[in-house]
Amino acid sequence: MTPLADAVALPPPASRAGGHERPATARDAACTHCGLPVPAGLVVPDESRQFCCGGCRAVWQILHEHGLEGYYRVANRRAAPPRVSGRDFEEFDHPAFHRLYVRPAGAGLSTVELYLEGVHCSACVWLVERVPLVVPGVVRAELDVTRARAQVTWDPATVSLGAVARTLDSLGYRPHPFRGLRGDAVRRDEDRAMLVRIGIAGAIALNVMLAALALYSGWLSTGGMEHEFERYFRWISLALTTPAMLGPGRVFFRGAWASLRTRTLHMDVPIAIALAAGFTRGAINTVTDAGPIYFDGVTMLIFLLLSGRFLQQRGQRAATDAAELMFSLTPATGRIVESDDSQVVREVPAEALVPGMVLDVRPGETLAADGVVVAGETSLDLSLLTGESRPSSGTLGSRVFAGTINLTGPVRVRIEQAGESSRLGRMMRQVEEGARRRAPMVLLADRLAGWFVGGVLLLAAATFVLWLRLDPSRAADNAIALLIVTCPCALALATPLAVTAAVGRAARSGILIKGGDALERLARPGRLLLDKTGTLTEGRSALVEWVGPDWVKPLVVSLERNSTHALAAGFLRAWPDLEALPVDGAEHTLGGGISGTVAGRRVLVGSPAFVRRRLGAGADDGAMPYDSRSWTAALTPVVVAVDGVPVATAGFGDPLRPGARAALDRLRAGGWRVGILSGDDPAVVAEAGRQLGISPDECVGGATPEEKLRVVSEASRAGPVVMVGDGVNDAAALAAAGVGVGVHGGAEAALAAADVWLARGGVEELVRLMDGSRRTLRLIRRTIAFSLVYNLVGGTLAVAGVINPLIAALLMPASSLTVVMACWRGTTFTDERAA
Amino acid sequence: MSVLYLVIPLALLVVLAAVVAFVWAARRGQFDDLTTPAMRVLHDDEPAAPPDDG
Repeated sequence: MTPLADAVALPPPASRAGGHERPATARDAACTHCGLPVPAGLVVPDESRQFCCGGCRAVWQILHEHGLEGYYRVANRRAAPPRVSGRDFEEFDHPAFHRLYVRPAGAGLSTVELYLEGVHCSACVWLVERVPLVVPGVVRAELDVTRARAQVTWDPATVSLGAVARTLDSLGYRPHPFRGLRGDAVRRDEDRAMLVRIGIAGAIALNVMLAALALYSGWLSTGGMEHEFERYFRWISLALTTPAMLGPGRVFFRGAWASLRTRTLHMDVPIAIALAAGFTRGAINTVTDAGPIYFDGVTMLIFLLLSGRFLQQRGQRAATDAAELMFSLTPATGRIVESDDSQVVREVPAEALVPGMVLDVRPGETLAADGVVVAGETSLDLSLLTGESRPSSGTLGSRVFAGTINLTGPVRVRIEQAGESSRLGRMMRQVEEGARRRAPMVLLADRLAGWFVGGVLLLAAATFVLWLRLDPSRAADNAIALLIVTCPCALALATPLAVTAAVGRAARSGILIKGGDALERLARPGRLLLDKTGTLTEGRSALVEWVGPDWVKPLVVSLERNSTHALAAGFLRAWPDLEALPVDGAEHTLGGGISGTVAGRRVLVGSPAFVRRRLGAGADDGAMPYDSRSWTAALTPVVVAVDGVPVATAGFGDPLRPGARAALDRLRAGGWRVGILSGDDPAVVAEAGRQLGISPDECVGGATPEEKLRVVSEASRAGPVVMVGDGVNDAAALAAAGVGVGVHGGAEAALAAADVWLARGGVEELVRLMDGSRRTLRLIRRTIAFSLVYNLVGGTLAVAGVINPLIAALLMPASSLTVVMACWRGTTFTDERAA
Repeated sequence: MSVLYLVIPLALLVVLAAVVAFVWAARRGQFDDLTTPAMRVLHDDEPAAPPDDG
């Protein structure tokens, strides 16, 4: 490993949890790195560079050292402070890891596909692809920003993969090996095959159109075309259309066949009939040299329908990756202790862990399996699993779970459940099941299609029979004209086009929507369940209240510098620039607090119970420097005692996001029934609900992931449910809800399970999401109504024998074109930032 | 106008070449990621581009 990688891998203290608070902020200073406002306490006077957190400072330093300030000039950089895990990524250098994920890239090089957290914009592409400049030995790094996947090629002789991983992490992109490559390859091949079909169909359609243009001009000009050339163009059209039917067009015949076998009327049936009838009739007319050919309509139909289908499919693709991604987020390896008292550890792939083995887990590492602590004690970050924002303690005999993060001390864990049967594994399965089980929502167009198709087929048959009696020579032509003019082209295009256009607009304004059906579900109000931590609140413990004299502050901060506890980090963030005093004999008590001698004075900082216990008799509730009754349930009190006397109390809490109340009021006005579904303490949840105007019976607190899933599933039976959340503990509920909305800053697994991702935090974004969805659905309805009216008029004319197939073929693209224009011009999502 | 008998097949050959090129590019994965390259072209090369050899 390079000395450099060592240097940059040093994490800022306590940045593990994402480390980002912006409590009371000063508006005058913006972070040099991420551009967010710098908390008042962190502003360094007379300094041109200001940083909102240690992560930003560290990344700025790396960029500065390597002459990569160009990062700050990249356009469209989205404000997001880096999240640095500070892990050592040892497992990336393990042979088992290399066996599983690393492939040789020729010339002694190796290549690996990594999934990166925190990738979201153009500047990320810039930065990740310049990693070769930061780490010598990395040959190439290529990032696919939509999938957040990086292909890294490096020279194992010069640099270790672990060092590369540490550098990526220190830049704020925590790497995970990408697992599940096989399913990925299958989907990729499908996408490519579809693209090839569209390319061929498009090239043929446009060239047949050119031939048709020549024929139509000849038909319109007074002299007419020489018969010889007319025949020539007709044969050329036939020669071009045949491969379009046999190649790209085959998809529709296969679909129609499947639809007939399963006895469900699908859009493919009339399309296949129209294609077959048009092509056959055109071919016969070409050979007999009489009557119109329909090749231009036929080839255009194939091209447009394939395009619409591709757009729809591409949008839905992203929604299927959820379980795969969660899998990528669990640790790839675990360190196994040979025997209970031995110091010999060996690292094995997570797949090889079985119950009975003893895991060695160091601070900062994620547990690879469920089990019981057999040695050591520590505190654990369970937020991934339960959403509980406060760390929980893990002592001898306590049960710990895969996916939780070991925060403070090394522990040994006897495995009870690993892999699929671990709690995290079960949750992943629930995510998959939730997605599968959810009531199928038939898109408006698909619902109409069945009726539409049946009607058109009946009508065509009736027309044929009718004209067989009136004028047998025109029977076939009129029936074909009907099939062509009522081609469901516009109908089929309306939804995918409107959805694609809306999704594109939404993405530019910071709302990522994975599937069209989410838009349709969001357009009608129903029940809205919000997770509290991270959704309604900032999601981190912050110092919100301080009762006590100022002279105590330096004592507290100096002592807390010795702690890695989340609340200690809260103190340091609140008062970052207080002078550090000498500290002697700092001592932690797990689940209690910290004590030590600061500048000669005996200081105790901890929970009221801890301080009371340490001070012994005489320190009853009355002696505490706060009134426990007036202290709201949402705040965690931390008492400070100096020389045996309680002198101050700090209140820690997770403040509600500004503007949350107003946004919720607007949603309620729009007809949404708003509730809270949180894993946090019921009292805390009820208090948040009170502040937001949510009735207590709509506030569910203390919910485990399993309970969240149950609540959402039950509510889904009564009506449409939208779940908003940010943690892995919400993932199953997000997948089971009609629409799952992931919030900025949340766990990546939750974002993967969600249908919609809000790139900017805050409840206001939800309002924009609902408004945009409603407008999109209105646009879809309008275009569908238009194409239905169009088909009705065209169909009537065709039945009456007023239009022949040629005019029908000319009218058909006109309706498609109108729909395309309407979708492109229609206003759906507005970007209020666009100033 | 008999030049049409020569010109149109020639034009169709050009189309065929374009289609073959497109199919080749699609199969090689040139269209797999349409977002990132669009961002990449806008980035300045300075101070130095990452090595880009095969």
